[in-house]
Amino acid sequence: MKPRIAVFKFASCDGCQLQFLNVEDELLALTEAVDIAYFPEARSREQRGPYDITFVEGSITTPQDARRIIKVREDSRYLITIGACATAGGIQALRNWGTIEDYKRIVYPSPEFISTLSTSTPISEHVHVDFEIWGCPIDKRQLLAVVRALLSGAAPALPTHSVCMECKRSGAVCVVVAHGQACLGPVTRTGCGAICPSMHRGCYGCFGPADDPNMASFAALLRQQGLSRDEAVRRLRGINGYVRLLRDTGDAIEQGQD
Amino acid sequence: MPSSKAKTRTIHVGALTRVEGEGALHLTVEAGKVVDLRFEIFEPPRFFEALLRGRHATETPDITARICGICPVAYQMSAVHALERLFQVPIDPAVRALRRLYYCGEWIESHALHVHMLAAPDFLGCESVVTLAERDRAAVERGLRLKQAGNAIITRLGGRSVHPVGACIGGFTRVPRPAELAPLREQLTRAHDDAVACVRWVAGFDLPDRSLDIEFVSLRHPDEYPMNEGRVRSSKGIDCAQEEFDDFFEEHQVPHSNALHAKVKGRGPYFLGPLARVNLNYDRLGATVVGVARDIRITFPSANPYLSIVARAMEILYAVEEAVRVIDAYEPPAAPAAPFTPRAGIGRAITEAPRGMLYQAYETDDRGLIHSARIVPPTSQNQAQMEADLRDLAPAILRRSQTEATRLCETAIRNYDPCISCATHFLKLEIVHR
Repeated sequence: MKPRIAVFKFASCDGCQLQFLNVEDELLALTEAVDIAYFPEARSREQRGPYDITFVEGSITTPQDARRIIKVREDSRYLITIGACATAGGIQALRNWGTIEDYKRIVYPSPEFISTLSTSTPISEHVHVDFEIWGCPIDKRQLLAVVRALLSGAAPALPTHSVCMECKRSGAVCVVVAHGQACLGPVTRTGCGAICPSMHRGCYGCFGPADDPNMASFAALLRQQGLSRDEAVRRLRGINGYVRLLRDTGDAIEQGQD
Repeated sequence: MPSSKAKTRTIHVGALTRVEGEGALHLTVEAGKVVDLRFEIFEPPRFFEALLRGRHATETPDITARICGICPVAYQMSAVHALERLFQVPIDPAVRALRRLYYCGEWIESHALHVHMLAAPDFLGCESVVTLAERDRAAVERGLRLKQAGNAIITRLGGRSVHPVGACIGGFTRVPRPAELAPLREQLTRAHDDAVACVRWVAGFDLPDRSLDIEFVSLRHPDEYPMNEGRVRSSKGIDCAQEEFDDFFEEHQVPHSNALHAKVKGRGPYFLGPLARVNLNYDRLGATVVGVARDIRITFPSANPYLSIVARAMEILYAVEEAVRVIDAYEPPAAPAAPFTPRAGIGRAITEAPRGMLYQAYETDDRGLIHSARIVPPTSQNQAQMEADLRDLAPAILRRSQTEATRLCETAIRNYDPCISCATHFLKLEIVHR
């Protein structure tokens, strides 16, 4: 029996599940290797669980979704988060520093009709997650590597070292040293292919924190580079800003404790 | 209502499939008349206009891209143009041309995805591209090649196809050397045959013939097919500058849903997207596209929304040709990006996202910090038109089975290629919770 795959969506932009369709060269082989049992963005046929491998995109932002993820977990043998929203709360977790009532009023003329939680939180704050694929969006090579590992019965593993290592390996010029740009590369997990430095700009942290980054030293570097407190905080509060390490460092700088 | 039970029928299409994002359709029919019709969006709001406040103008391309994984380039470009207008940034003609190339990539990628993987199964009796591939693998492979060509353009200019990183106020963070575009040109030359075949393929579908009284709206440029620039034109006489958007269009609430719909002031719903663009800019498509359109004997302008898939395929062909033209004429700009100084004020811009006009407006202070942001996505604007379309369709589906009625409604909605992830933050979700 082919493994049954499901793709569920919560609060997100659809970009990570789009990566399934973006593996153009391997897509048809993939559809033959697995049974796509539930993937509403791609197919109308929807089969019930249980599923062997469930991919979850998006963060939890509504009371309904907080209940729905529990059912998804129950239906899934392996639950894998795809992307910054599901893994870290996503860009929409910036609301976690604001007041949700203000947010509603800013966007909607009738805010009383909007049912939402005051926070955007990662899937792992709600249910057990078996594996997390980081990135905004996830990298399709990493996605395929994880699928391949699972199909061959191996535990998936992705590198956790920093973007800096990737830059050095690829021979990209360091934008911090050469151009004095602010770059999250030293504390950000590899996986994108060091795209931003190769495009002559600083990394903005799409892939979340690297393994055991030195955040205190990094915060000092940002300030030494001439970033104001506000600028340094904004730099840290981005796509993955709600991840503990980035959150705590940003909050400390904001409170003048750097 | 037991007394009217025999005459009342409710069609509820829960969790629409093969659309980007999550939505549902609720339709209640009583004595042969539609008494309630709601296109519901239950995608959770993400509050982009709120979270942009206090961020710096230079951060907008990275943040707005995250509104939509399928059309991030459009969200970046409307934001960048709005802020460049505000900061009065002069744009190098070579940068302008590269942005057109960037946009061609997104049109090709997004349209190829929709035509082959989301919409075509409707007209070929398949439930998805998976079953379509079992029946016509060559067609699906062609679609994947086209999509790949579009993604290759975006990746060349922005480092990756989903949430690319190269666009910035003033230009790009890095521009390609001409030699770097050569492999792209080869890929696009091969894609040209695929694009022509794609137009012929969709023209051969058994597309319903159903004309509606529609106001089509798109940009129109003095001499180009519209992407990043132009005035706003409509098939019922609107001709205004992008900055005058709010003078001619308004968002309003409707009693049955409290959902924010858009309409032409004093008139009604309007239709955005490929069919609107083709209808209003047919004379800008160029000889090849018009030649293919003649061969397939489809005449534009047309008020049949089912021709959207043909218009979308024609735009793939146009974008493939235009991309080659840009590459052939390319000489790198003097600098990748023009420098600028922020200033206080309001900047507004519209660009043609794959699904139609995308309007953004930003108010900043003199440091470039954003005080307020407004984002009006095409799917949000199309929503009232989608409902009008479904109201017109409803009487014809009453005698059909639930499955068949559902399929017909879904097909009609997919003509608009709704991208619900984008539209959500502008829509009300309260219906679901009442």
